[in-house]
Amino acid sequence: MRKFWTVLATLATLSLTNCGYNAIQSNDEQVKSSWSEVLNQYQRRADLVPNLVNSVKGFAQQEKDVLLGVTNARAKVGSIQATPDLINDPGAFAKFQAAQGELSSALSRLLVVTENYPQLKSDALFRDLMAQLEGTENRITVARNRYIKAVQDYNVQIRSFPTNLTAMAFGYKEKPNFSVDNEKEISTAPKVDFNQSPAAPAK
Amino acid sequence: MIAARLSLLALLVGWAFAALADVAVPPLTGRVVDQTGTLSTSDIASLTRTLSDLETRKGSQVAVLLVPTTAPETIEQYSIRVAEAWKIGRKRVDDGALLVIAKDDHKLRIEVGYGLEGALNDVTARRIIDEIIIPRFKTGDFAGGVSAGVDRIVGVIEGEPLPAPAAKPQLDFGLSDLLDRFNPVFIFIVVLVGGGLLRGLFGRLMGSVATGGLIGLIAWFAVGSLVVSVIAGLIAAVFTMISDGISTAGPGGGGGWSSGSSGGSWSGGGSSGGSFSGGGGSFGGGGASGSW
Repeated sequence: MRKFWTVLATLATLSLTNCGYNAIQSNDEQVKSSWSEVLNQYQRRADLVPNLVNSVKGFAQQEKDVLLGVTNARAKVGSIQATPDLINDPGAFAKFQAAQGELSSALSRLLVVTENYPQLKSDALFRDLMAQLEGTENRITVARNRYIKAVQDYNVQIRSFPTNLTAMAFGYKEKPNFSVDNEKEISTAPKVDFNQSPAAPAK
Repeated sequence: MIAARLSLLALLVGWAFAALADVAVPPLTGRVVDQTGTLSTSDIASLTRTLSDLETRKGSQVAVLLVPTTAPETIEQYSIRVAEAWKIGRKRVDDGALLVIAKDDHKLRIEVGYGLEGALNDVTARRIIDEIIIPRFKTGDFAGGVSAGVDRIVGVIEGEPLPAPAAKPQLDFGLSDLLDRFNPVFIFIVVLVGGGLLRGLFGRLMGSVATGGLIGLIAWFAVGSLVVSVIAGLIAAVFTMISDGISTAGPGGGGGWSSGSSGGSWSGGGSSGGSFSGGGGSFGGGGASGSW
Protein backbone atom coordinates (compact mmCIF):
# COMPACT_ATOMS: atom_id res chain seq x y z
CA MET A 1 0.00 0.00 0.00
CA ARG A 2 2.79 2.33 0.90
CA LYS A 3 4.52 1.53 -2.32
CA PHE A 4 1.36 2.39 -4.21
CA TRP A 5 1.25 5.85 -2.65
CA THR A 6 4.91 6.44 -3.46
CA VAL A 7 4.28 5.59 -7.09
CA LEU A 8 1.24 7.80 -7.14
CA ALA A 9 3.16 10.73 -5.67
CA THR A 10 5.92 10.29 -8.24
CA LEU A 11 3.37 10.20 -11.03
CA ALA A 12 1.67 13.31 -9.71
CA THR A 13 4.99 15.17 -9.62
CA LEU A 14 5.80 14.03 -13.12
CA SER A 15 2.38 14.91 -14.47
CA LEU A 16 2.64 18.44 -13.10
CA THR A 17 5.15 19.14 -15.85
CA ASN A 18 2.85 17.64 -18.46
CA CYS A 19 -0.42 19.22 -17.45
CA GLY A 20 0.74 22.57 -18.79
CA TYR A 21 1.12 24.30 -15.45
CA ASN A 22 4.69 25.37 -16.20
CA ALA A 23 3.82 26.40 -19.73
CA ILE A 24 0.97 28.54 -18.41
CA GLN A 25 3.43 30.19 -16.05
CA SER A 26 5.85 31.03 -18.81
CA ASN A 27 3.12 32.30 -21.13
CA ASP A 28 1.64 34.35 -18.33
CA GLU A 29 5.01 35.91 -17.68
CA GLN A 30 5.42 36.60 -21.39
CA VAL A 31 2.10 38.44 -21.44
CA LYS A 32 3.14 40.47 -18.41
CA SER A 33 6.46 41.50 -19.84
CA SER A 34 5.01 42.49 -23.19
CA TRP A 35 2.33 44.48 -21.38
CA SER A 36 5.04 46.27 -19.41
CA GLU A 37 6.68 47.19 -22.70
CA VAL A 38 3.37 48.63 -23.94
CA LEU A 39 3.06 50.71 -20.77
CA ASN A 40 6.66 51.77 -21.11
CA GLN A 41 6.14 53.13 -24.60
CA TYR A 42 2.85 54.84 -23.71
CA GLN A 43 4.69 56.50 -20.85
CA ARG A 44 7.34 57.67 -23.27
CA ARG A 45 4.68 59.30 -25.39
CA ALA A 46 3.04 60.92 -22.38
CA ASP A 47 6.41 62.36 -21.39
CA LEU A 48 6.85 63.87 -24.85
CA VAL A 49 3.50 65.64 -24.92
CA PRO A 50 4.28 68.62 -22.61
CA ASN A 51 7.37 69.51 -24.67
CA LEU A 52 5.42 69.21 -27.88
CA VAL A 53 2.61 71.42 -26.59
CA ASN A 54 5.12 74.02 -25.44
CA SER A 55 6.92 74.13 -28.77
CA VAL A 56 3.63 74.48 -30.67
CA LYS A 57 2.38 77.13 -28.26
CA GLY A 58 5.22 79.44 -29.24
CA PHE A 59 4.08 79.57 -32.87
CA ALA A 60 0.37 78.85 -32.83
CA GLN A 61 -1.11 80.53 -29.81
CA GLN A 62 -4.53 80.93 -31.41
CA GLU A 63 -5.07 77.18 -31.56
CA LYS A 64 -5.98 77.24 -27.92
CA ASP A 65 -8.72 74.61 -27.90
CA VAL A 66 -6.63 72.06 -29.78
CA LEU A 67 -3.74 72.55 -27.40
CA LEU A 68 -6.12 72.40 -24.46
CA GLY A 69 -7.58 69.16 -25.83
CA VAL A 70 -4.12 67.57 -25.94
CA THR A 71 -3.29 68.77 -22.44
CA ASN A 72 -6.57 67.44 -21.06
CA ALA A 73 -6.16 64.09 -22.76
CA ARG A 74 -2.62 63.89 -21.41
CA ALA A 75 -3.87 64.67 -17.90
CA LYS A 76 -6.51 61.95 -18.20
CA VAL A 77 -3.89 59.40 -19.23
CA GLY A 78 -1.76 60.42 -16.30
CA SER A 79 -4.62 60.02 -13.85
CA ILE A 80 -5.11 56.35 -14.65
CA GLN A 81 -2.93 54.14 -12.53
CA ALA A 82 -1.14 52.18 -15.25
CA THR A 83 -0.04 49.15 -13.27
CA PRO A 84 0.89 45.80 -14.74
CA ASP A 85 -2.16 44.36 -12.97
CA LEU A 86 -4.35 46.23 -15.38
CA ILE A 87 -4.49 43.25 -17.70
CA ASN A 88 -6.36 41.18 -15.13
CA ASP A 89 -9.18 43.68 -14.97
CA PRO A 90 -11.02 44.04 -18.30
CA GLY A 91 -12.93 47.12 -17.13
CA ALA A 92 -9.83 49.06 -16.16
CA PHE A 93 -8.11 47.82 -19.31
CA ALA A 94 -10.90 49.26 -21.46
CA LYS A 95 -10.71 52.56 -19.60
CA PHE A 96 -6.96 52.74 -20.09
CA GLN A 97 -7.42 51.99 -23.77
CA ALA A 98 -10.04 54.71 -24.11
CA ALA A 99 -7.80 57.30 -22.48
CA GLN A 100 -4.83 56.41 -24.70
CA GLY A 101 -7.09 56.48 -27.75
CA GLU A 102 -8.28 59.93 -26.80
CA LEU A 103 -4.70 61.15 -26.51
CA SER A 104 -3.95 59.64 -29.91
CA SER A 105 -6.77 61.48 -31.60
CA ALA A 106 -6.00 64.74 -29.78
CA LEU A 107 -2.41 64.46 -30.98
CA SER A 108 -3.43 63.82 -34.56
CA ARG A 109 -5.72 66.87 -34.43
CA LEU A 110 -2.72 68.86 -33.25
CA LEU A 111 -0.62 67.56 -36.13
CA VAL A 112 -3.29 68.57 -38.63
CA VAL A 113 -3.32 72.07 -37.18
CA THR A 114 0.45 72.41 -37.33
CA GLU A 115 0.27 71.97 -41.10
CA ASN A 116 -0.96 75.57 -41.26
CA TYR A 117 2.21 76.99 -39.70
CA PRO A 118 5.20 76.69 -42.05
CA GLN A 119 7.38 78.52 -39.57
CA LEU A 120 6.61 75.95 -36.91
CA LYS A 121 7.25 73.11 -39.30
CA SER A 122 10.73 74.37 -40.09
CA ASP A 123 11.59 74.88 -36.40
CA ALA A 124 14.42 72.54 -35.46
CA LEU A 125 13.09 71.75 -32.00
CA PHE A 126 9.64 70.95 -33.34
CA ARG A 127 11.09 68.70 -36.01
CA ASP A 128 13.14 66.80 -33.46
CA LEU A 129 10.07 66.37 -31.27
CA MET A 130 8.10 65.14 -34.28
CA ALA A 131 10.81 62.57 -35.05
CA GLN A 132 10.61 61.39 -31.46
CA LEU A 133 6.85 61.26 -31.52
CA GLU A 134 6.82 59.25 -34.74
CA GLY A 135 9.41 56.85 -33.36
CA THR A 136 7.42 56.45 -30.18
CA GLU A 137 4.17 55.82 -32.02
CA ASN A 138 5.95 53.13 -34.02
CA ARG A 139 7.31 51.58 -30.84
CA ILE A 140 3.81 51.57 -29.38
CA THR A 141 2.55 49.76 -32.47
CA VAL A 142 5.32 47.16 -32.20
CA ALA A 143 4.76 46.70 -28.47
CA ARG A 144 1.02 46.34 -28.97
CA ASN A 145 1.54 43.77 -31.71
CA ARG A 146 3.82 41.75 -29.47
CA TYR A 147 1.31 41.97 -26.64
CA ILE A 148 -1.47 40.79 -28.96
CA LYS A 149 0.61 37.77 -29.97
CA ALA A 150 1.53 36.94 -26.37
CA VAL A 151 -2.10 37.15 -25.27
CA GLN A 152 -3.13 35.01 -28.21
CA ASP A 153 -0.69 32.27 -27.22
CA TYR A 154 -1.80 32.49 -23.62
CA ASN A 155 -5.52 32.45 -24.36
CA VAL A 156 -5.26 29.58 -26.82
CA GLN A 157 -3.40 27.55 -24.26
CA ILE A 158 -5.84 28.30 -21.47
CA ARG A 159 -8.80 27.33 -23.60
CA SER A 160 -7.46 24.16 -25.16
CA PHE A 161 -7.74 20.72 -23.62
CA PRO A 162 -6.19 19.51 -21.29
CA THR A 163 -4.51 22.69 -20.10
CA ASN A 164 -7.90 24.34 -19.65
CA LEU A 165 -8.46 22.02 -16.67
CA THR A 166 -5.22 23.16 -15.09
CA ALA A 167 -6.06 26.77 -15.79
CA MET A 168 -9.49 26.29 -14.21
CA ALA A 169 -8.01 24.60 -11.16
CA PHE A 170 -5.52 27.39 -10.57
CA GLY A 171 -7.83 30.22 -11.56
CA TYR A 172 -6.09 31.50 -14.71
CA LYS A 173 -8.50 33.53 -16.77
CA GLU A 174 -8.40 34.79 -20.31
CA LYS A 175 -6.65 38.11 -20.74
CA PRO A 176 -8.18 41.01 -22.65
CA ASN A 177 -6.72 41.95 -25.98
CA PHE A 178 -6.57 45.20 -27.89
CA SER A 179 -9.45 46.11 -30.10
CA VAL A 180 -9.42 48.68 -32.85
CA ASP A 181 -10.06 52.03 -31.21
CA ASN A 182 -12.06 53.63 -33.95
CA GLU A 183 -14.06 50.72 -35.26
CA LYS A 184 -16.94 52.98 -36.22
CA GLU A 185 -14.75 55.47 -38.04
CA ILE A 186 -13.16 52.76 -40.14
CA SER A 187 -16.44 51.19 -41.16
CA THR A 188 -17.91 54.48 -42.41
CA ALA A 189 -16.57 56.02 -45.56
CA PRO A 190 -14.48 59.15 -45.08
CA LYS A 191 -16.26 62.41 -45.77
CA VAL A 192 -14.55 64.94 -47.92
CA ASP A 193 -15.59 68.51 -47.29
CA PHE A 194 -13.85 71.42 -48.98
CA ASN A 195 -15.81 74.18 -47.31
CA GLN A 196 -14.51 73.87 -43.79
CA SER A 197 -11.13 73.76 -42.21
CA PRO A 198 -9.84 70.22 -41.84
CA ALA A 199 -11.52 68.89 -38.74
CA ALA A 200 -11.21 65.14 -39.09
CA PRO A 201 -7.74 63.76 -38.42
CA ALA A 202 -6.29 62.81 -41.74
CA LYS A 203 -3.79 60.44 -40.27
CA MET B 1 -14.90 24.51 -71.69
CA ILE B 2 -16.35 25.22 -68.27
CA ALA B 3 -13.52 23.31 -66.67
CA ALA B 4 -11.00 25.45 -68.56
CA ARG B 5 -12.74 28.62 -67.45
CA LEU B 6 -12.85 27.43 -63.89
CA SER B 7 -9.19 26.62 -63.86
CA LEU B 8 -8.41 30.02 -65.35
CA LEU B 9 -10.52 31.62 -62.65
CA ALA B 10 -8.72 29.62 -59.99
CA LEU B 11 -5.42 30.74 -61.42
CA LEU B 12 -6.48 34.37 -61.37
CA VAL B 13 -7.73 34.07 -57.81
CA GLY B 14 -4.44 32.50 -56.88
CA TRP B 15 -2.59 35.39 -58.46
CA ALA B 16 -4.77 37.85 -56.65
CA PHE B 17 -3.90 36.23 -53.35
CA ALA B 18 -0.25 36.17 -54.25
CA ALA B 19 -0.44 39.87 -54.99
CA LEU B 20 -2.07 40.54 -51.64
CA ALA B 21 0.46 38.55 -49.67
CA ASP B 22 3.19 40.40 -47.80
CA VAL B 23 6.64 40.75 -49.33
CA ALA B 24 8.76 37.87 -48.09
CA VAL B 25 11.79 38.58 -45.95
CA PRO B 26 14.82 37.91 -48.16
CA PRO B 27 17.51 35.55 -46.88
CA LEU B 28 20.44 37.22 -45.16
CA THR B 29 23.07 36.55 -47.80
CA GLY B 30 25.46 39.27 -46.69
CA ARG B 31 25.70 42.61 -44.95
CA VAL B 32 24.31 44.26 -48.04
CA VAL B 33 21.30 42.65 -49.69
CA ASP B 34 20.29 44.37 -52.91
CA GLN B 35 17.20 42.98 -54.59
CA THR B 36 16.84 45.85 -56.99
CA GLY B 37 20.21 45.61 -58.74
CA THR B 38 20.94 49.25 -57.94
CA LEU B 39 24.36 48.91 -56.37
CA SER B 40 27.36 47.72 -58.35
CA THR B 41 29.52 44.86 -57.14
CA SER B 42 32.26 47.25 -56.09
CA ASP B 43 29.76 49.38 -54.12
CA ILE B 44 28.56 46.30 -52.29
CA ALA B 45 32.13 45.18 -51.65
CA SER B 46 33.20 48.52 -50.17
CA LEU B 47 30.04 48.79 -48.05
CA THR B 48 30.58 45.25 -46.79
CA ARG B 49 34.16 46.12 -45.88
CA THR B 50 33.06 49.20 -43.92
CA LEU B 51 30.44 47.20 -42.06
CA SER B 52 32.63 44.21 -41.26
CA ASP B 53 35.34 46.60 -40.03
CA LEU B 54 32.77 48.06 -37.69
CA GLU B 55 31.89 44.64 -36.38
CA THR B 56 35.51 43.69 -35.67
CA ARG B 57 36.14 47.02 -33.95
CA LYS B 58 32.93 47.55 -32.00
CA GLY B 59 30.99 44.29 -32.29
CA SER B 60 27.91 46.01 -33.73
CA GLN B 61 26.22 44.61 -36.78
CA VAL B 62 24.71 46.84 -39.41
CA ALA B 63 22.97 45.60 -42.55
CA VAL B 64 21.55 47.26 -45.65
CA LEU B 65 18.53 45.99 -47.57
CA LEU B 66 17.21 47.32 -50.86
CA VAL B 67 13.85 46.03 -52.05
CA PRO B 68 11.63 47.24 -54.87
CA THR B 69 8.54 47.65 -52.71
CA THR B 70 7.09 46.75 -49.33
CA ALA B 71 3.44 46.98 -50.38
CA PRO B 72 0.91 46.20 -49.00
CA GLU B 73 2.70 46.78 -45.74
CA THR B 74 4.18 50.09 -44.68
CA ILE B 75 7.94 50.27 -44.54
CA GLU B 76 7.78 50.29 -40.73
CA GLN B 77 5.86 47.01 -40.63
CA TYR B 78 8.14 45.42 -43.17
CA SER B 79 11.40 46.51 -41.60
CA ILE B 80 10.47 45.29 -38.13
CA ARG B 81 9.63 41.93 -39.71
CA VAL B 82 13.02 41.82 -41.41
CA ALA B 83 14.75 42.86 -38.20
CA GLU B 84 12.96 40.13 -36.24
CA ALA B 85 13.91 37.54 -38.84
CA TRP B 86 17.55 38.54 -39.30
CA LYS B 87 18.30 39.22 -35.64
CA ILE B 88 21.34 41.34 -36.39
CA GLY B 89 23.29 42.70 -33.45
CA ARG B 90 24.77 40.81 -30.55
CA LYS B 91 22.50 38.90 -28.26
CA ARG B 92 21.57 40.87 -25.12
CA VAL B 93 23.65 43.84 -26.31
CA ASP B 94 21.12 44.31 -29.13
CA ASP B 95 23.47 46.58 -31.06
CA GLY B 96 22.13 46.02 -34.53
CA ALA B 97 20.88 48.53 -37.05
CA LEU B 98 19.18 48.05 -40.38
CA LEU B 99 18.87 50.43 -43.31
CA VAL B 100 15.88 49.46 -45.44
CA ILE B 101 15.24 51.16 -48.77
CA ALA B 102 12.07 50.56 -50.78
CA LYS B 103 13.16 51.97 -54.09
CA ASP B 104 9.90 52.08 -56.03
CA ASP B 105 7.97 53.33 -52.98
CA HIS B 106 10.53 56.13 -52.56
CA LYS B 107 10.70 55.31 -48.87
CA LEU B 108 13.49 54.38 -46.54
CA ARG B 109 13.88 53.56 -42.87
CA ILE B 110 16.63 53.11 -40.32
CA GLU B 111 15.58 50.41 -37.87
CA VAL B 112 17.55 50.57 -34.63
CA GLY B 113 18.09 47.80 -32.11
CA TYR B 114 17.43 48.33 -28.40
CA GLY B 115 21.11 48.70 -27.52
CA LEU B 116 21.73 51.49 -30.03
CA GLU B 117 18.64 53.55 -29.28
CA GLY B 118 20.74 55.81 -27.07
CA ALA B 119 23.30 56.77 -29.70
CA LEU B 120 21.34 56.33 -32.88
CA ASN B 121 18.14 57.77 -31.45
CA ASP B 122 15.08 58.75 -33.44
CA VAL B 123 16.26 62.31 -33.97
CA THR B 124 19.72 61.26 -35.15
CA ALA B 125 18.26 58.63 -37.45
CA ARG B 126 15.84 61.17 -38.85
CA ARG B 127 18.65 63.65 -39.47
CA ILE B 128 20.77 61.05 -41.23
CA ILE B 129 17.83 60.29 -43.48
CA ASP B 130 16.78 63.88 -44.12
CA GLU B 131 20.12 65.59 -44.38
CA ILE B 132 22.50 62.94 -45.72
CA ILE B 133 20.66 60.25 -47.63
CA ILE B 134 17.62 61.95 -49.15
CA PRO B 135 19.44 64.82 -50.93
CA ARG B 136 21.58 62.24 -52.74
CA PHE B 137 18.64 59.98 -53.51
CA LYS B 138 16.78 62.93 -55.02
CA THR B 139 19.52 63.36 -57.58
CA GLY B 140 19.46 59.63 -58.32
CA ASP B 141 22.76 58.92 -56.60
CA PHE B 142 21.70 55.77 -54.75
CA ALA B 143 25.16 54.30 -54.21
CA GLY B 144 26.44 57.61 -52.84
CA GLY B 145 23.42 58.06 -50.58
CA VAL B 146 23.65 54.58 -49.13
CA SER B 147 27.38 54.77 -48.53
CA ALA B 148 27.23 58.28 -47.01
CA GLY B 149 24.35 57.17 -44.79
CA VAL B 150 26.17 54.02 -43.74
CA ASP B 151 29.32 56.03 -42.98
CA ARG B 152 27.31 58.34 -40.77
CA ILE B 153 25.60 55.43 -38.97
CA VAL B 154 29.00 53.82 -38.41
CA GLY B 155 30.36 57.14 -37.13
CA VAL B 156 27.52 57.47 -34.64
CA ILE B 157 28.00 53.91 -33.40
CA GLU B 158 31.75 54.53 -33.03
CA GLY B 159 30.99 57.21 -30.47
CA GLU B 160 28.91 54.92 -28.31
CA PRO B 161 30.59 52.98 -25.51
CA LEU B 162 29.55 49.39 -26.08
CA PRO B 163 30.84 46.14 -24.59
CA ALA B 164 34.04 45.20 -26.37
CA PRO B 165 33.71 42.54 -29.04
CA ALA B 166 34.70 39.11 -27.81
CA ALA B 167 38.23 38.12 -28.83
CA LYS B 168 37.00 34.83 -30.18
CA PRO B 169 33.30 35.34 -30.69
CA GLN B 170 32.59 31.79 -31.82
CA LEU B 171 34.23 30.17 -28.82
CA ASP B 172 32.64 32.54 -26.37
CA PHE B 173 29.26 32.16 -27.94
CA GLY B 174 29.61 28.40 -27.97
CA LEU B 175 30.57 28.10 -24.33
CA SER B 176 27.90 30.36 -22.94
CA ASP B 177 25.36 28.76 -25.18
CA LEU B 178 26.33 25.32 -23.99
CA LEU B 179 26.02 26.19 -20.33
CA ASP B 180 22.97 28.24 -21.02
CA ARG B 181 20.76 25.63 -22.46
CA PHE B 182 21.86 22.41 -20.83
CA ASN B 183 23.16 21.22 -24.12
CA PRO B 184 23.28 17.42 -24.42
CA VAL B 185 26.63 17.62 -26.21
CA PHE B 186 28.16 19.44 -23.28
CA ILE B 187 26.79 16.87 -20.83
CA PHE B 188 28.07 14.08 -23.03
CA ILE B 189 31.59 15.47 -22.97
CA VAL B 190 31.49 15.99 -19.21
CA VAL B 191 30.36 12.40 -18.83
CA LEU B 192 33.14 11.12 -21.06
CA VAL B 193 35.96 13.19 -19.58
CA GLY B 194 34.83 13.40 -15.99
CA GLY B 195 33.59 9.84 -15.95
CA GLY B 196 36.87 8.46 -17.23
CA LEU B 197 38.79 10.54 -14.73
CA LEU B 198 36.65 9.72 -11.72
CA ARG B 199 36.58 6.04 -12.53
CA GLY B 200 40.35 6.06 -12.77
CA LEU B 201 40.45 7.57 -9.29
CA PHE B 202 37.73 5.68 -7.44
CA GLY B 203 37.23 2.51 -9.39
CA ARG B 204 34.29 1.55 -11.51
CA LEU B 205 31.37 1.59 -9.09
CA MET B 206 32.30 4.63 -7.02
CA GLY B 207 33.46 6.50 -10.09
CA SER B 208 30.21 6.03 -11.95
CA VAL B 209 28.19 6.98 -8.90
CA ALA B 210 30.28 10.15 -8.54
CA THR B 211 29.79 10.99 -12.21
CA GLY B 212 26.07 10.47 -11.90
CA GLY B 213 25.93 12.75 -8.91
CA LEU B 214 27.95 15.43 -10.68
CA ILE B 215 25.79 15.33 -13.76
CA GLY B 216 22.65 15.38 -11.65
CA LEU B 217 23.91 18.49 -9.90
CA ILE B 218 24.75 20.24 -13.15
CA ALA B 219 21.37 19.34 -14.57
CA TRP B 220 19.66 20.61 -11.46
CA PHE B 221 21.37 23.98 -11.77
CA ALA B 222 20.76 24.18 -15.47
CA VAL B 223 17.16 23.03 -15.67
CA GLY B 224 15.91 23.50 -12.15
CA SER B 225 13.78 20.39 -12.26
CA LEU B 226 14.60 17.65 -9.78
CA VAL B 227 13.02 14.88 -11.87
CA VAL B 228 15.03 15.70 -14.96
CA SER B 229 18.27 16.01 -13.04
CA VAL B 230 17.80 12.66 -11.30
CA ILE B 231 17.13 10.99 -14.63
CA ALA B 232 20.16 12.67 -16.19
CA GLY B 233 22.32 11.58 -13.27
CA LEU B 234 21.14 7.99 -13.54
CA ILE B 235 21.82 7.86 -17.24
CA ALA B 236 25.28 9.33 -16.71
CA ALA B 237 26.11 6.79 -14.00
CA VAL B 238 25.00 3.85 -16.13
CA PHE B 239 26.84 5.20 -19.11
CA THR B 240 30.07 5.60 -17.16
CA MET B 241 29.76 2.10 -15.80
CA ILE B 242 29.30 0.43 -19.16
CA SER B 243 31.54 2.69 -21.26
CA ASP B 244 34.50 0.55 -20.40
CA GLY B 245 35.85 0.09 -23.87
CA ILE B 246 35.79 3.75 -24.79
CA SER B 247 38.20 5.34 -22.41
CA THR B 248 40.48 2.44 -21.61
CA ALA B 249 41.35 2.28 -25.27
CA GLY B 250 43.85 5.07 -24.68
CA PRO B 251 46.18 4.64 -21.75
CA GLY B 252 46.02 8.36 -21.07
CA GLY B 253 42.46 7.96 -19.85
CA GLY B 254 40.97 11.36 -19.12
CA GLY B 255 43.81 13.27 -20.68
CA GLY B 256 43.26 11.84 -24.10
CA TRP B 257 39.63 12.82 -24.06
CA SER B 258 40.05 16.30 -22.80
CA SER B 259 42.60 17.12 -25.45
CA GLY B 260 40.29 15.61 -27.99
CA SER B 261 37.38 17.73 -26.96
CA SER B 262 39.27 20.99 -26.91
CA GLY B 263 41.00 20.18 -30.16
CA GLY B 264 39.25 22.90 -32.06
CA SER B 265 36.08 21.23 -33.21
CA TRP B 266 34.09 24.01 -31.48
CA SER B 267 36.00 27.02 -32.66
CA GLY B 268 36.69 25.66 -36.11
CA GLY B 269 33.17 24.48 -36.71
CA GLY B 270 31.64 27.91 -36.13
CA SER B 271 30.58 30.26 -38.86
CA SER B 272 33.89 32.07 -38.96
CA GLY B 273 34.00 32.12 -42.73
CA GLY B 274 32.87 34.88 -45.03
CA SER B 275 29.17 34.28 -44.47
CA PHE B 276 27.25 36.71 -42.31
CA SER B 277 24.59 35.87 -39.79
CA GLY B 278 22.72 37.76 -37.13
CA GLY B 279 23.94 37.45 -33.56
CA GLY B 280 20.50 37.40 -31.96
CA GLY B 281 19.87 41.09 -31.32
CA SER B 282 16.34 42.33 -30.78
CA PHE B 283 14.48 45.38 -32.01
CA GLY B 284 11.58 47.32 -30.59
CA GLY B 285 10.58 49.61 -33.42
CA GLY B 286 13.05 52.44 -32.76
CA GLY B 287 14.45 54.51 -35.60
CA ALA B 288 13.05 56.83 -38.19
CA SER B 289 11.54 56.76 -41.66
CA GLY B 290 11.66 59.16 -44.55
CA SER B 291 10.67 59.51 -48.18
CA TRP B 292 12.10 61.23 -51.17
